[in-house]
Amino acid sequence: MKGVAFLGLGILKGMVVTGKNWVRSYFDSDRLITVEYPEAKMQLPENSRNFPFLVFDGDNAEANLRCTSCKTCEKECPPKCIRIVTAKDEKGKPFKHPEVFDIDISTCMSCQICVEVCPFDAIKMDSAYEYAAITRFDALVLTKRELAKPNEYYKKIKPVEAAEVDARLEADRKKKEEASKKKAAANVGG
Amino acid sequence: MSGLLVGDDEKRELLEVSLGPQHPSTHGVFRMNAVLDGETVVKLQPVFGYLHRNHEKIAESISYLASIPYTDRLDYFSSLTNNWAYCMAVEKLAGIEVPERAEYLRVILAELTRLQNHTAFLGFLLGDMGAWGSVLMYAFKERDEVLDLFEALTGARMMCNYFRFGGCRCDLPEGWVVQAKKVVANYPAFLDEMEQLLVGNEILVSRAQGVGILSGERAIAGAMSGPGLRASGVDYDIRKVDSYGIYDRFSFQVPLGDHGDTYDRLMIRFLEMRESIKILEQALGGLPGGEVMNPKVKIRNMRPPVGEAYARLEAPKGELGFYIISDKGPSPYRYRVRPPSLINLTLLEEMCVGLKLADLMIVLGSIDIVLGEVDR
Amino acid sequence: MISIEKIQEMAVAVVAPIPGAEVQVLPNPAVPAQSSLLATPQAILALAQFLRDNEELQFDFCSNVTGVDWPEKAVKEKVVVEEEVDGEIKKVEKEIEKKEGGYLEAVYHLYSVARKQGPLVLRCRTADRVENVAIPSLTPIWKSADFQEREVFDLYGIRFIGHLDLRRLLLWDEFEGHPMRKDYIPDDDSYFGEEGGK
Repeated sequence: MKGVAFLGLGILKGMVVTGKNWVRSYFDSDRLITVEYPEAKMQLPENSRNFPFLVFDGDNAEANLRCTSCKTCEKECPPKCIRIVTAKDEKGKPFKHPEVFDIDISTCMSCQICVEVCPFDAIKMDSAYEYAAITRFDALVLTKRELAKPNEYYKKIKPVEAAEVDARLEADRKKKEEASKKKAAANVGG
Repeated sequence: MSGLLVGDDEKRELLEVSLGPQHPSTHGVFRMNAVLDGETVVKLQPVFGYLHRNHEKIAESISYLASIPYTDRLDYFSSLTNNWAYCMAVEKLAGIEVPERAEYLRVILAELTRLQNHTAFLGFLLGDMGAWGSVLMYAFKERDEVLDLFEALTGARMMCNYFRFGGCRCDLPEGWVVQAKKVVANYPAFLDEMEQLLVGNEILVSRAQGVGILSGERAIAGAMSGPGLRASGVDYDIRKVDSYGIYDRFSFQVPLGDHGDTYDRLMIRFLEMRESIKILEQALGGLPGGEVMNPKVKIRNMRPPVGEAYARLEAPKGELGFYIISDKGPSPYRYRVRPPSLINLTLLEEMCVGLKLADLMIVLGSIDIVLGEVDR
Repeated sequence: MISIEKIQEMAVAVVAPIPGAEVQVLPNPAVPAQSSLLATPQAILALAQFLRDNEELQFDFCSNVTGVDWPEKAVKEKVVVEEEVDGEIKKVEKEIEKKEGGYLEAVYHLYSVARKQGPLVLRCRTADRVENVAIPSLTPIWKSADFQEREVFDLYGIRFIGHLDLRRLLLWDEFEGHPMRKDYIPDDDSYFGEEGGK
């Protein structure tokens, strides 16, 4: 039924391959690819993503959050793992700041849709991957405090992307400034 | 599962064995009930649903955009082709154009996906045959190179979530094309090595040749698709038939098998990888500049016009189709995935009856299924 | 490929002797404009046989079987009616309420491997959503409909007459209800006990 006589030549040929690989694994870095984690770690590419974090400018994590609590990410999040409550001032009027910003990382699937839809560049993907928690529930819900990270950190993990974002934000700010200057000038003139 | 498959009137002494769902060679949580006469299979009944999460219902309750990351999780070995198929269906429904550069990127990434899927397949199938270790490790080492490319571009090794309606999410990072060309250039050497290791190996030949034969006629009747269909000698590759995307610009061949047995299904993957490399070389060489995203498309708040569209493509495992009915709402009225893995299993019983129990695993392995897609 | 109107004409001639058999073309308003053939349950089996065996068509590859739920809904439509007002006949625009839907639908996507053509979309509807939910199975024509019809039965509750092994495919046998229907209310908590998993 089988066309091949069982001579064992094919097996020998295969064993030559494994033998070569075994010998080469002693001196060829191509064949010795295991990285001895956690003593050694691989360099992550810049685009690598894990869980999202919130960016703030300057050094005040609470006041300078870029997030304006517009809730676009909350609406678009596929597994609905983001929860935002808008902050209110003393009179009870809402203003553009999140009072609560929680991400449940037990359901987050690292898809980065929140990053894509954010109009303020306020939420970005982190590349840190060593997380651990001792309970299944509250410890896996990251609050605003844990999520807020400075712009410097963003620049460190994603230099190319952060430079682009910074340039864009700067341009937007300048445009706004000029527009308000023009407006002021027009007001004076009128 | 209720009831035994063995009737009271059966005269022989038959034994019913439940294989899986926790079994290393069922590729996940697949289960079959096999009725054995001695060691010969006389009846086989697959049992599904252990990974069922009603993917379609989820998609019908969220926005069009939010479904893309969920499609990654269907066939998690080839998330990029899943993304593409879904985007293609929505693009067809709404009449969205895709820029030239994005079309090239899609072809490049889909073919890379095919490469790494088939490479992993070789390792798994040989693992099923008992060659546990070397082959899988060599395969995974090479597959890692492709996954590194995916990670550098999309940010994730497996859940890529990269294609969007009307293009791709972001442009290539610096040095990506050079690295991709290097990986593609190194691939034939790896395939040569694998072929030397496997082709003509007497154990492999005697385990695989003549096992699980499927005729071309039956394969069509059972809507077998992908390499499984072509191994039975049916010349049907959606890249050629529909020439979706820009596949009509590349010259490649569709390899066909003669016997439709497990050996053919294994070897056809080798040949397909060689053809994929040909396409990759052409596409990487001709990659044009320009935008990767159609600027007219707003991916948020997508509301395609009323109607329906069915789009399909040649995924590594077979014909992957998405059927979407829109009622102009924010989420699809009906969202259906045509899962190649599930439908390719239709003929499993026909292929396995009369074989030995040990051959069952090989035939199952040669179909190449992923349970994320079978059970959805 | 032969146009769908032509196919419909040919099909009507084929199914004509069967009582209650009708085949019509259902237009698709979206961009791909992929019209479909809508057949009554009486006609579907004969039509499927014809589509597969006809020399010019040869739809031998039944790629995809989909269930769709169309619950009954009221649609308002403006119509111009002639009415007698004060002894005169006038044209009056009136809004009438029409009932749409109220059935389950099975959709088949057919391709031809032999002639490399397709798709042809074939639809069949049940009489209503509760009692009369049976339509003929197409497994005698296309083996590939086997698992997919079981899935449609499982998730939508369409009964396929003539299917040899019509059991639930993805859910367990004791499951009640059909979760893909639009009016299905999930009963998640009952599977986790009173505390809902905590």
